[in-house]
Amino acid sequence: MKPPAFAYHRPRSLADALDVLARLGAEAKVLAGGQSLVPLMSMRLAAPAALVDVNHVPGLDSVEVTADRVVVGALARHSRVEHDPEAYDAVPLLRRALLLVAHPTIRNRGTTVGSLVHGDPAAEMPAVLCLLDGFVTLRSASGSRDVPADAFFTGPMESDVRPGELAVSATFRRPPAGSRSSFLEVSRRHGDYAVCGVGAVVSDGTARVALIGVGAGPVLVPLDEPDDPDRVAAAVDAAIEPEDDIHATADYRRHLAQVLTRRALAEVS
Amino acid sequence: MTTRLFGERVPRVEDPRLVTGNGRFLDDLGHDALEAAFVRSPHAHARIVDIDVSEALDVEGLVAIYTYDDLDGRTGEALPLLIPHPTLTHGRTPHALARDEVNHVGEAVVMVVATSRYVAEDAAERVRVEYDFLPAVVGIEAARAAEELVHDDVPGNLAARMVQQTGDADAAVDAAPNLLELDLEIERSASMPLEGKGVLARWDPDDESLLVHTSTQTSTSVRQALAAKLGLPVDRVEVVTPDVGGGFGVKIVHPWPEEILVPWAAIRLGRPVKWTEDRREHFVSSAHERGQLHHVRVGYDDEGVLAGLSVRFWHDNGAYVPYGLIVPIITSTQLLGPYKPGVYRVEFDSLYTNTVLVTPYRGAGRPQGCYVMERVMDAIAAERGIDRTVVRERNFIRPEEMPYDHGLIFQDGRPLLYDSGDYPATLAKLKKLVGWDGFEAYREQARAEGRRVGIGLACYVEGTGVGPYEGGHIRVETDGTVVVSTGLTTQGQGHRTMLAQIVADELGVPFDRVRVTTGDTRRFKYAVGTFASRTAVMSGSAVALTARSVRDKALTIAAEALEVDVEDLEVVDGHVRVKGSPSSSIDLGAVAVLSNPLRYAFDEAAARATQFAAPADPEKPPVGPGEQPGLEGSDYYSPPRSTFANGMHAVVVETDPDTAEIRVLRYCVVHDCGTLVNPMLVEGQIHGGVAQGVGGALYERMEYAPDGQLLNASFMDFLMPYASEVPEVEIDHLVTPSPLNPLGVKGAGEAGVIPGAAAIASAIEDAEGLTITRMPISPSELFALRAAHRKETP
Ligand SMILES: Cc1cc2nc3c(=O)[nH]c(=O)nc-3n(C[C@H](O)[C@H](O)[C@H](O)COP(=O)(O)OP(=O)(O)OC[C@H]3O[C@@H](n4cnc5c(N)ncnc54)[C@H](O)[C@@H]3O)c2cc1C
Repeated sequence: MKPPAFAYHRPRSLADALDVLARLGAEAKVLAGGQSLVPLMSMRLAAPAALVDVNHVPGLDSVEVTADRVVVGALARHSRVEHDPEAYDAVPLLRRALLLVAHPTIRNRGTTVGSLVHGDPAAEMPAVLCLLDGFVTLRSASGSRDVPADAFFTGPMESDVRPGELAVSATFRRPPAGSRSSFLEVSRRHGDYAVCGVGAVVSDGTARVALIGVGAGPVLVPLDEPDDPDRVAAAVDAAIEPEDDIHATADYRRHLAQVLTRRALAEVS
Repeated sequence: MTTRLFGERVPRVEDPRLVTGNGRFLDDLGHDALEAAFVRSPHAHARIVDIDVSEALDVEGLVAIYTYDDLDGRTGEALPLLIPHPTLTHGRTPHALARDEVNHVGEAVVMVVATSRYVAEDAAERVRVEYDFLPAVVGIEAARAAEELVHDDVPGNLAARMVQQTGDADAAVDAAPNLLELDLEIERSASMPLEGKGVLARWDPDDESLLVHTSTQTSTSVRQALAAKLGLPVDRVEVVTPDVGGGFGVKIVHPWPEEILVPWAAIRLGRPVKWTEDRREHFVSSAHERGQLHHVRVGYDDEGVLAGLSVRFWHDNGAYVPYGLIVPIITSTQLLGPYKPGVYRVEFDSLYTNTVLVTPYRGAGRPQGCYVMERVMDAIAAERGIDRTVVRERNFIRPEEMPYDHGLIFQDGRPLLYDSGDYPATLAKLKKLVGWDGFEAYREQARAEGRRVGIGLACYVEGTGVGPYEGGHIRVETDGTVVVSTGLTTQGQGHRTMLAQIVADELGVPFDRVRVTTGDTRRFKYAVGTFASRTAVMSGSAVALTARSVRDKALTIAAEALEVDVEDLEVVDGHVRVKGSPSSSIDLGAVAVLSNPLRYAFDEAAARATQFAAPADPEKPPVGPGEQPGLEGSDYYSPPRSTFANGMHAVVVETDPDTAEIRVLRYCVVHDCGTLVNPMLVEGQIHGGVAQGVGGALYERMEYAPDGQLLNASFMDFLMPYASEVPEVEIDHLVTPSPLNPLGVKGAGEAGVIPGAAAIASAIEDAEGLTITRMPISPSELFALRAAHRKETP
């Protein structure tokens, strides 16, 4: 469980970071909190030729709250976002979901943007980005682009980050005043990735849920008639594609999707 | 008087070092050493056709690559079968490096030595091994069906078949008014210490000696094994255990292939070599335990009292059996717990599979036995409509029946004879602790809140402190320091504290003057090891006896110096003094000086002590016949047989009616391990055991694919409970001293884990009203059970 040799780059500015990423292209991986990447490398499941450690790039660790959004910088740790009082006031769902992400020690290192890029189908923050119509801002030596949540998650452990790009921030839109939100999940142990999880946001009579652990990525389900339990159940059931694994059967996950959706909606209505 | 330390909650002397990061575990040692990595079989069953190392040769930093063909002398032989048994007719053990066939994923095939572990793994990745695949035998059913064989020359995959009986049990079952048959299953888990195995070997060419540090539960036996395998005189080999980060059984097996190969390579290369097992290696190349299938027939009367019990079970022993039949033998005997089974018969098959080998893990076969017996008790209670505690009570061995002879042979080859215990009293304490009689009211209250709760219990008896012996050596230094050593090893239990408490009491010295060393063959050569909950019983008794003999010697010397009778002396606070006249005293350090006629006054103590020295008799030799210089002594303790501890656990669980999540709300333990040297240490042992019991009941399982790949060989997917999954443990003690040893103690190390799966199964069954026959159980499985149950009972 030791990684093979790799080159290590430690840029000190965003320009340098983009420069080295441009130069190395597909050979390089960005190193953020390292909580997902380092274990993969130690198990030799990932063997990038080079790491670009962005932890020393200034200006990437901010959490900015404005009238209509919360912008989380690439180096803002999960715990930083979780404990930011303004972010909590603006978007309570952020803290609610982050408390379900791993354990405090991991949240102290792991980044929210890293979690989005990593794209684990059972991860919480991708679902939150979907629920809040968020987007990820990607920079490269040749420009910048914003990718909306529904296009960003391209498959299990895959996201739309191209060689040479750095995800510099994620933007979560503030839901309208009076909105309510919830995040519930079942995991095998406290802090584990979810067997199944459901986030819900209700505002002005519209409702949507996003489910995790039951598809290739977060599964966003808009609910036209959130008060009709049968239609909700049918909509969720049609949207998810759970699979068996060693922790749970697809049947059980399908069942949990229903139970958790019901509970999450009950909480927010 | 010095306050007695025996029975006190003395804080662990080990902790300041450990919690400040100053522990020295294997991987903290030998930074100058070369490091080894292994090419391990990726296949469960295959013949090795060819090994091509050419691509690895140009990895910079590579020092050596070894395959089976390089092994010379006795290193090329199969590893020893440590504990043979007449019924183990087909015992097979592995070679240090696979010879021509691999029998499980993870078996070592090639050893790579390099300047660092990183480089060694780079080189290992470039070694090409060509295999001819053979069909894999995975799981007890496939092993039993024996359509494919693990070892060509072992028909039926049968390593051993063993029967024990006290009479015609099946006839007794058939003649009884009521009969039940149960099929029960328990899956594999593993010891899984936080620190894996590890070996560091240094060969000293000037001294022609080998010094090996290894993370083992038995340094003395590793030393003997190494000398034999490497063809070295035993006195040229020393084995030391550094701090060991847990063992739980897996490190009692010896020698592990790496324990031979690393020293062997160090001698060949003339340089220190180290190997530190990583987690993935530990999963696939150490050992697992627990997997068994049982078929039980039980006959009983209308009161639920057993008339006959007939148990047939199948034990998955993995690919090899270096540790013999210890696990299934313990299951087959300890299954009986605190009960009288009527006529008993047990028959087991120990079966080969193409999986990691199976050797004792804390509890060592008892959790399976306890689970089976307790499922039987619950089934009888349900069938008869009798309270579960009442059925148990009716079948208990009564205190007045002690000592109780089951008429069977135990793991140590001695009769299964319980020395003491008061099971009705233990149960009464447990019922009170958990509030058994008030539970129905609680259940109703919970139900009114829409919650589903259940209560369960399980009882066990644990043979502890198996022989043959342990020893102790104690020397009082001239500065009054008391240096104690015992040969068995320690893995975090707090042995140094516990043994120092005993010695301080017996010798009459302050606790902080006592220093204890364990597991260092340079200090103590004869020992067995740490397993079978034996340290307090064996080494505790041995150091107590040793302390008594050293105390006698001190009194003899002091009596002469103070010119009084031995009977008039006592030892208090490190001073020998005349009873009733405390000013007439001499400290033990001074006695140590007097014990040695060579008294160079290197220090003040020696100078001071000379005042007491009686004038030498010019006609006598300074050291008389039968005397020895130095205030020191050695003694051994060897018990006639094991001493039997017992305990009972009760669990309250809540199951979510919708999500099928299972939560342990309360976990109560009543425990009887005889006299307690240090209740805090005993409770620590129980806490750890309960955590592993909860793990085995609700989380841990080795997930093997049909082709023999272990699918969850990492902490990401092999779910050990976190602190957040382990309930608060409520403990009460009962003390029925053992008559077999000078301290009255019984073992406590394994106890906590034994009834975990049984008690939790009982509680879930109670909450859910459905039958549980297989453990562990996950929420997903409970969900499936509910669905099946609804189908059966529409
Ligand atoms: C024991 C444990 C439990 C966990 N449980 C959970 C859980 O319950 N839920 C959950 O969501 N997560 C969980 N995680 C994962 C954790 O949240 C990670 O921190 C997170 O997924 C990745 O963030 P990171 O900063 O550590 O990224 P890294 O590990 O540094 O990187 C992950 C991947 O993203 C890429 N990357 C990271 N940042 C950028 C960037 N700015 N631009 C471009 N690419 C980038 C990397 O190249 C890499 O491919 C757990 C982790 C552990 C170790």
